[in-house]
Amino acid sequence: MIKKAKKKTSKKPASKKQLNGAEALVKCLENHGVEYIFGLPGGSVIPIFDALVGSKIKLILTRHEQGATHMADGYARATGKPGVALVTSGPGSTNAVTGIMTAHMDSVPMIVLTGQTISPMLGKDAFQEADISGISMPVVKHSYLVKKTNDLPRIVKEAFYITNTGRPGPVLIDLPKDITSGSFKGSLNPKMDIPGYSVPGKGNQKDIAKVAQLFKASKKPLLLIGHGAAIANAEHAVRALVEKLKVPVVNTLLGKGVFPESSPLNLGMLGMHGTAYANKALINCDLICSIGSRWDDRINGNNDEFCIGATKIHIDIDPAEIGKIVQPDVSVVGDARFVVEELLKLVEPQDTGKWLQEVDFYRKEFPLKYSDDEGLTAQKVIDELYQITKGKATVVTDVGQHQMWAAQFCLAEHGNKFISSGGAGTMGFGFPAAIGAQFGNPKDLVVAICGDGGFQMTLCELATAAIHKLPVKVIVIDNKYLGMVRQWQELFFGNRLSGVDLEGNPDFVKLAESYGIKGVHIDKVEDVHKKLTAALNHKGPVVIHAEVIKEGNVFPMVPAGKSAHHIIIEPPTTQLEKPTGST
Amino acid sequence: MAKSNIKKKDTHTISMLVANKPGVLVRVALVFARRAYNIDALVVSPAVNPRYSRMTITAKGDPDTLDQIIKQASKLIDMIHAEEHSDVDATHRELALLKLKATAANKSAVAKLAKKFHARIINESKDAIIVEQTGTTEDLDAFEALLKKCGIIEMVRSGKLVMAKGKEET
Ligand SMILES: Cc1ncc(C[n+]2csc(CCOP(=O)(O)OP(=O)(O)O)c2C)c(N)n1
Repeated sequence: MIKKAKKKTSKKPASKKQLNGAEALVKCLENHGVEYIFGLPGGSVIPIFDALVGSKIKLILTRHEQGATHMADGYARATGKPGVALVTSGPGSTNAVTGIMTAHMDSVPMIVLTGQTISPMLGKDAFQEADISGISMPVVKHSYLVKKTNDLPRIVKEAFYITNTGRPGPVLIDLPKDITSGSFKGSLNPKMDIPGYSVPGKGNQKDIAKVAQLFKASKKPLLLIGHGAAIANAEHAVRALVEKLKVPVVNTLLGKGVFPESSPLNLGMLGMHGTAYANKALINCDLICSIGSRWDDRINGNNDEFCIGATKIHIDIDPAEIGKIVQPDVSVVGDARFVVEELLKLVEPQDTGKWLQEVDFYRKEFPLKYSDDEGLTAQKVIDELYQITKGKATVVTDVGQHQMWAAQFCLAEHGNKFISSGGAGTMGFGFPAAIGAQFGNPKDLVVAICGDGGFQMTLCELATAAIHKLPVKVIVIDNKYLGMVRQWQELFFGNRLSGVDLEGNPDFVKLAESYGIKGVHIDKVEDVHKKLTAALNHKGPVVIHAEVIKEGNVFPMVPAGKSAHHIIIEPPTTQLEKPTGST
Repeated sequence: MAKSNIKKKDTHTISMLVANKPGVLVRVALVFARRAYNIDALVVSPAVNPRYSRMTITAKGDPDTLDQIIKQASKLIDMIHAEEHSDVDATHRELALLKLKATAANKSAVAKLAKKFHARIINESKDAIIVEQTGTTEDLDAFEALLKKCGIIEMVRSGKLVMAKGKEET
């Protein structure tokens, strides 16, 4: 055989050499502390991939651009630092759109770098040209189409500032190839030029004083904690406020853990699949104070009937959220941490004993429950995961029934320990987001809980987990259905099942093994504890295939479009009317 | 003069100062389009400082949605400020060009009406006359209504321009 001459990778250009745009871009990213870039190359971004050779930024090659954006997203949610994705033009960029929209809906800081055809060809249907800044406009916080190589450092600086200040959100930078290959002669540390952008500050003192007054007048106050409180790092302040006021707490799906869910003052998640006791507290409180939640339709059901008679307070950094859904009696626009810290100084301890007793009654009267009698349930697997990890693991979910069960049974102790696609409800999010979270927090136990449907949307990233020997664990809750949709068809559409049967599922254990990943199969109640413990203790990645009963339903349930009064706690025995709410 | 009250109540004038950058117009338009809010007229022009542009938008719809639109538009990174202006706090002007058949009867009728409305005939050819009128939207509506009997062939209106009165910034 002819000996193949080993191709040498040429060394980085000598440091004195003039930078091209891509090299300047990578330098700027390094200067902004970027650790990882998640991406997949193509013609228009080769200069940038070239500039990444020898950079201290670690490039994580994904198997699909959607995976790259969800990884960047999971990294950001777990660490609070912006995630960075890099994709090529045309289909590469459109593949990233779902991930951008997902991050946008949940206010996640993320920089998406997209390749673009060369500037002179813009708008001429060049090969792999897609107007990605146009396509993505409704789902980004801001975007740039770069026109001059020398503008790159300013744009990168602005993008990092915009993405993670105020209400965070993704920023897209579209990079024509001639811009990244052109020679760079500018400054690497220029001034920003964003006169229209300002970040709301600490909130108006007078408004905060009014809030304190309202608390004083309330006998049955309730705190509603949303994602904004987690983003603002308001954990300490919120905890102190709850302790001082002795006020019960409910949280949204993304607000889980800002106040520890294991505390007797925490009633867990409210809303469509929230606990019955959280929803009962909602109906019976005389004051509700939202800290960083946007009262979305999954929690208020029907805003005309939402907390009628209760005083409503809204604390949010985004002025456009005030009055968007629920008209508050008093609102404070500002950073949740500063506002709550100020509020803390103004409120006085209150006697909420009776109210807490009432709330406790609801908790005892309407507990979350499931039974092992019919075989292995998803709830059992998820509950067991919680019993083993006790809030120490970072739990990342996909979307569907398992997501709601995870929200119910995996109590969170900190704001960044429960990661889920809330606003967008993006199937396929969970597994790649868990990979991103694991890169961000390499020492943490990161567990993805996915449905058999959603996992199959992005399972190609098993390769990414395998190559990097990431210790990430994936529990695939296999009910052989698109379960959440099947549940709606059963309850509201006379059980006429249509397009929900997942026949043809692969053998998930063998699938994992074919990537060199450990696979574990669980289908018996009595095996769950042992097998799950062993799997969680395994050093590398593991796919845990949990075959559960096929027809489990998530309860409680508030039908879409209805207020919390209409909560269904036990499985109904009669046909329900079709829901009027959105989805 | 002004048409029915309802129409007037539901028509809003929003003035925006934006960064003079490509794509700004699309971003602003998307905020309206997403909420199925119809834009009646839109004027974009340079501001005194060339880094900025002025946008004046006239739109019809319910005030709550408009309030949301203004708040959402204010969040655009390129938005310096966005504000709704009432007839009281700001002056309004609009310009119209109207083309009419150059018949003998028309010529005298148009000249008479034009005088009354401070409009000017700015072009006359053998086939058509073009009249220019500047005034409030109501003046323009009234002039148009009266000219209708002369047979308007074409009309182009600039859309409303507003400027805040006194010290206040538009
Ligand atoms: C990308 C995407 N497509 C479709 C949906 C609609 N949808 C919501 S839940 C669901 C079923 C999910 O099934 P599975 O992943 O098996 O999870 P399960 O509900 O069974 O736990 C579907 C199809 C969605 N949320 N996202």
